[in-house]
Amino acid sequence: MVAIIDYKAGNLTSVRLAFEALGVDATITDNPEDILAAERVVFPGVGAAGAAMVTLQELGLTDTIRAAVASGKPFLGICLGTQIIFEHSQEDGGVDGIGLVPGDVRLFQPSSPYDKVPQMGWNSVSQLKVHPLMEGIADESEFYFVHSYYPMPSDRDWIVGETDYADVTFSSMVAKGNLAATQFHPEKSGRIGLRLLENFCRWEPSESEAD
Amino acid sequence: MLTRRIIPCLDVRNKIVTKGVKFQNNVDLGDPVEMAQRYSDEGCDELVFYDITASAEGRPIDIVMVEEVARAIRIPFSVGGGISTVEDMSRALLAGAEKVSVNSLAVKNPAIIAEGAKAFGSQCIVLGMDPVAVDDAAKCPCGYEITTRGFREHTGIDALEWAKKAVDLGIGEIVVNSVDADGTREGFEIELTRMIAENVPVPVVASGGAGTPGHLVEVFEQAHADAAIIAGMIHTGDYTIPQIKEDLVRAGVPVRKKW
Repeated sequence: MVAIIDYKAGNLTSVRLAFEALGVDATITDNPEDILAAERVVFPGVGAAGAAMVTLQELGLTDTIRAAVASGKPFLGICLGTQIIFEHSQEDGGVDGIGLVPGDVRLFQPSSPYDKVPQMGWNSVSQLKVHPLMEGIADESEFYFVHSYYPMPSDRDWIVGETDYADVTFSSMVAKGNLAATQFHPEKSGRIGLRLLENFCRWEPSESEAD
Repeated sequence: MLTRRIIPCLDVRNKIVTKGVKFQNNVDLGDPVEMAQRYSDEGCDELVFYDITASAEGRPIDIVMVEEVARAIRIPFSVGGGISTVEDMSRALLAGAEKVSVNSLAVKNPAIIAEGAKAFGSQCIVLGMDPVAVDDAAKCPCGYEITTRGFREHTGIDALEWAKKAVDLGIGEIVVNSVDADGTREGFEIELTRMIAENVPVPVVASGGAGTPGHLVEVFEQAHADAAIIAGMIHTGDYTIPQIKEDLVRAGVPVRKKW
């Protein structure tokens, strides 16, 4: 069973429907016991980091997320979920995250009036290393992005994929051990995104520690 | 590089996709779910559905259709028509739509934009606007006036002023649908699209007038649109999405190539 963490940050319908399309049993839940009992955990989200951190703390989920990652089970962050597991975000005047990934999250500040914020649409991901979640997905494949802030790990070992937008090259996918996180939305990225989620459902992280 | 989005528009009436010129002489084209699936398989980047009779009939958008589309495709789609309250927005988003679009209603009640953006985030609230070229510089200095209710009502509102106000209220994207170009298949209204794109910080989607792949090249290169809506040119079978994308690639416009 896949637990999709619900913390009132955006619409989880497309995440649920993507797992449904794969025939995988997935539950949207804010219950720490369900999350810790699940075989795999997805931490999605859309919205503002400040409000999301407050809600996570109120629901008692920050410790649950730390425990789920520490337990070694496959864990996938998506979009705001990814940003929140970094140490710090510039959003909402500065917010401390859960701190599972070293580094911070910064605002796009484009020099061109034609680079819009948020970045909205399909952009390519350059794969810097082989990762089980990217199996069968060609380098430079496009994924769907919607975001105003971007993650920058302080340790480049974490970077699986990079993407260019608005004068910066940011980390669109990071991973280490049983933790993987994407800035893009695999659940809205067509067949290629569905392949990533299918890979996630098969992923046995012990095999991928070799990075 | 961020690619330019190609967005087929499906106008839906009584659960059937239809196409008219300036909201008239509509012809039935097919089932919305089947067409969404087909265009998604062909590589469109996003879809937009307008429930074109919902507002006139005073009913909310067809949620069953939204749910069926959401099950059938794995790419983002937006819905409009019959979205008049935050509850309507909530129902459409929870049914699986990525974004909801407001148009006439937002002109009448601009607060709906702020309410929607606060409740769900700016990124899922889209403003549809239907500007028409006018000569009255005193009334509309930008040269375009906002119309509502399927072009039937002139509002006296300046299109550029309205776009900026909507951004201040929290809109996340603007669809600029030229009344003069709509359904003509003679090309997008470049000047109008560029004026909006240059003056707002959010993505701008060009709409109205797409007839050939060359028209899309123009609107991306000259008007700096982030996305373009197409309808008749693919609904009639004159062009396919892969053909359009091939022409865009040849012209050097970045598009999504793998799906």
